[in-house]
Amino acid sequence: MRERKSILQNLDWTTILLYFLLVIIGWINIHAAVYSEAHSSLFDFSHNSGKQLIWIGTSILIAAVILIIDAKFFSAFAYPIYILIIMLLMGVLIGGKEIAGSKSWFQIGSFSLQPAEFAKFATALALARFLSKIDINFRDWSTRILAAFIIFIPAGLILLQHDTGSALVFSALVLVLFREGLSGKLLWLGLFVAFLFIIALLFNKFIIIGVLAAIAVLAIVLNKYFRKRWLIITGIFLLASGYVYSVDYAFENILEDHQRKRINVLLGIETDIHGAGYNVHQSKIAIGSGGITGKGFLNGTQTKFNFVPEQSTDFIFCTIGEEWGFIGSLVLILLFIGLLTRIVFIAERQRSKFSRIYGYGVASIIFFHFAVNIGMTIGLFPVIGIPLPFISYGGSSLWGFTILLFIFLKQDSVRLELL
Amino acid sequence: MAVFFILILYHSLPLFRCNIGMKRNFGDRQYIIIIIFALTGLIFLVRLFWLQVIDDRYILSAESNVLQKNIIYPNRGLIYDRNGILMVYDEAAYDLMVVPGQVKEIDTAAFCSLLNITDSVFRVKMNKARKYSWYKPSLFLAQIGKEEFGFIEEKMYKYPGFFVQSRSLRKYPLPVAAHTLGYIGEVNNSDIEKDNYYRSGDYIGKSGLEKFYEKQLRGRKGLEVVMVDVHNREQGSYRGGRYDSVPVPGKSLYLSIDATLQAYGELLMQNKIGSIVAIEPKTGEVLCFVTSPTYDPNLLVGRIRGSNYKSLTEDSLKPLLNRAIMGNYPPGSTFKMVNALVGLQEGVLHEYTSYSCYGPASSPIRCTHDHISPLELQEAIEQSCNPYFWNVYRSMISNPTYGSTKEAYKVWRNHVMSLGFGAKFSTDIPFELSGNIPSAEYYDKVYYEGHWNALTIRSLAIGQGEILVTPLQLANLAVVIANKGYYYPPHLVESLGTKNNYIEAYNTRINSTIDSSHFNVVQEAMLEVFEGDHGTARWSKLPGVKICGKTGTVQNPHGEDHSMFIAFAPKENPKIAMSVIVENSGYGSTWAAPIASLMIEKYLNDTISRPMIENRILNGNLITKE
Ligand SMILES: [Zn+2]
Repeated sequence: MRERKSILQNLDWTTILLYFLLVIIGWINIHAAVYSEAHSSLFDFSHNSGKQLIWIGTSILIAAVILIIDAKFFSAFAYPIYILIIMLLMGVLIGGKEIAGSKSWFQIGSFSLQPAEFAKFATALALARFLSKIDINFRDWSTRILAAFIIFIPAGLILLQHDTGSALVFSALVLVLFREGLSGKLLWLGLFVAFLFIIALLFNKFIIIGVLAAIAVLAIVLNKYFRKRWLIITGIFLLASGYVYSVDYAFENILEDHQRKRINVLLGIETDIHGAGYNVHQSKIAIGSGGITGKGFLNGTQTKFNFVPEQSTDFIFCTIGEEWGFIGSLVLILLFIGLLTRIVFIAERQRSKFSRIYGYGVASIIFFHFAVNIGMTIGLFPVIGIPLPFISYGGSSLWGFTILLFIFLKQDSVRLELL
Repeated sequence: MAVFFILILYHSLPLFRCNIGMKRNFGDRQYIIIIIFALTGLIFLVRLFWLQVIDDRYILSAESNVLQKNIIYPNRGLIYDRNGILMVYDEAAYDLMVVPGQVKEIDTAAFCSLLNITDSVFRVKMNKARKYSWYKPSLFLAQIGKEEFGFIEEKMYKYPGFFVQSRSLRKYPLPVAAHTLGYIGEVNNSDIEKDNYYRSGDYIGKSGLEKFYEKQLRGRKGLEVVMVDVHNREQGSYRGGRYDSVPVPGKSLYLSIDATLQAYGELLMQNKIGSIVAIEPKTGEVLCFVTSPTYDPNLLVGRIRGSNYKSLTEDSLKPLLNRAIMGNYPPGSTFKMVNALVGLQEGVLHEYTSYSCYGPASSPIRCTHDHISPLELQEAIEQSCNPYFWNVYRSMISNPTYGSTKEAYKVWRNHVMSLGFGAKFSTDIPFELSGNIPSAEYYDKVYYEGHWNALTIRSLAIGQGEILVTPLQLANLAVVIANKGYYYPPHLVESLGTKNNYIEAYNTRINSTIDSSHFNVVQEAMLEVFEGDHGTARWSKLPGVKICGKTGTVQNPHGEDHSMFIAFAPKENPKIAMSVIVENSGYGSTWAAPIASLMIEKYLNDTISRPMIENRILNGNLITKE
């Protein structure tokens, strides 16, 4: 009894408050997104808002169970949990059910579950466990490669399920590596690669290679430091050229049509407000029509009348933007930034390296979802179907994020006992 | 971008350089991560501020997404005749609409045969609709009649994306008075430009009364603002119908036309070219407005309109031409009464003034009639003596008291125009022509000033020459004579909206410049045309009714002369005045006079007591088609 009381005392109630605020905002807006005169009850269990209430209830139960379980369990069983999830991911590839083009669901009765949602916390756990080894050093290539493996195995499996969005989430864990000492230069390199990627899609590959060559020549001619290292510069140039060339090839030959189209629309190469750009266009209309104060609760028309697709899941932010306006959007974004900052703050106060690293995993995964989801609804990112944490409708997603967050809160509640 | 920015920042600060110590905690990197989070949030807020507060395009887009303005068409006004007989009403019709985005794979061939259109028409219409909008309805096929619709409706379930919108079609229970009533048709671009009430696809009166009274007949469209979902399904009214408006039905027209008389007139005129215009002298109300050949107004309604209109325009007999107002004829002998009246008014002629006639030997105008000589005014009118009226005319135009021929002519012309000639009445009779009473200036131009005299323009004495009148003006002459000197502007509509809501503007009496006393001798002469032993219309007299009339023959250089007749009856307290013109029928007495007589009998007695005459007219075929 004494121990349980201390758990409650040591829990970070600020985070829990933010959690509940987000979950309730989600529930209310799911109700608004699917609201119609005929289905006007928040508690109608045949509707998304009623079902979400069930998910919220079960999430609280799961959270409670996590808080009761011994904190050491998660670090001790990090690898087994990870391996179990990997097996589930492989299982879903074989025996899964295909929903909306992604073979990523387990169907158990009338109940479907998406293992990918649980792979996130499992990977964060495994990564934390691995990086919390005492003698870890990011200068070792073995460390880098092993960390990359932990991240890429589940991401790769999810990619095989054609759930590109969820797979991309794992790239967010780079932030964890960065916090733990991965060289900034590697991130630089990563960004350069991404930059070249976009440039390669936008412009003719020969022009880019020409510009790169010009830069390389100028660097060698004008700068003594680079002149001494002309061989390296030339090597980088050749690699970059080969990369640009292969991106171009991959884009034209490997990407699927709809993916190519989405990227083209986002980059402004294509404008197609009825096809690939339709969703974003309608989403911007819904949010933009909200004005400063919004149209008022249940008064939104764009989401309710299905102009916006997936209005209670991936595009739930449209309902918030439309009905609550800029004020509502501001509040929601501040809540998220508040939560993320709070998690970072809590992570930094951990004595246990495992807890801290896991905390950064939590923050980076939530951040990635938040950034990409809202980014796509306001037209800053391509449409990548990932949910807005705690807000979007869906059991797997809400459970996944709840588990992710509450394992961390449990670790935090016993931070003084862990080392 | 945010991450990019941060990394630049990071690498420019030596404090954060990663290679400071071998064993580092890297705890300072938490701030970079927090800055990344915060910057992302900030970028989102800036973007949202732009979308939601600054750029108001999206509000409009949202409205056009969700708000659909449904126009509710009011019933167009009905048209009744003077006795309350319904002449025009609206019948339900249907427009087939299409929402291209909802059209699924359909059996195009079956669909085309159902609608009775060709495959290429189908493709053209579909492309047009797609071009307009993928999600909004476009007109696919307009004005499907009731019977056809019943057939199509049964099969509609097979063709998603197509739906039917109810409209209305004009229907004419009595197929008469087509020209007078006019027709309606889809608005064209210039109609829309002129009046922003109209939207593409609306109907507008194109001719006749439908055109003249368009504003009254059309009523006011209602509007219903509804919200629609992405599939264009209605989701209820917008803000409780705050922006809705109820359609106001069009006003009914109560015509002065007597539909029965009109129908009888059209019957008599069948197989003849010409017109009958009858007017109630006491009011100027037009009782019938017959032009022949005519057509069934139901032909110019709905989808059949286009092809029917084409074949009517191609008809060599010009059935679309309204001869009662568009026909310009020299008035011929009927104009002798005008000259008589002007002479009497000017004092150059008296009831007992007598002139000699030398028959065909007369100069400068021959006489074509056989009669006693010398003769007085009444006989001269009755016998239509050309030399007599030449003398009357000359005694005025060449009269030195006026100072000059030109001044005399001006006085003469002023009198003539006061009788309703040479100008439009400008009432509700559309496409009216003004006829022509040449001005003195005109003759100055043609013959040079001072170089023309009575002799030069002698044809005017007997209603020939440059003078042109319309059948409507001739009927009005009969009115003026019947009323002994005044008329009301001839008009077609008695009242608007309700039966007794008379149009004031048409109730203004217009006095001619001729004193009423001068009309007695003219009326007596016209009575003799029917009653006299030598009257030209004596075969057409109607026992018990004193009809006054005057024949006229209009010389036609292209063939048989036109037969013309004006009449009014009864002589005391006249109820009907009219003009009848039958083209290419020779003397006025053979065709025009009996038609006038039958019309008067029909109107006054409602029965025909002279089947022989009637049969002769009905069986007469005066059309020789090339
Ligand atoms: Zn004579």
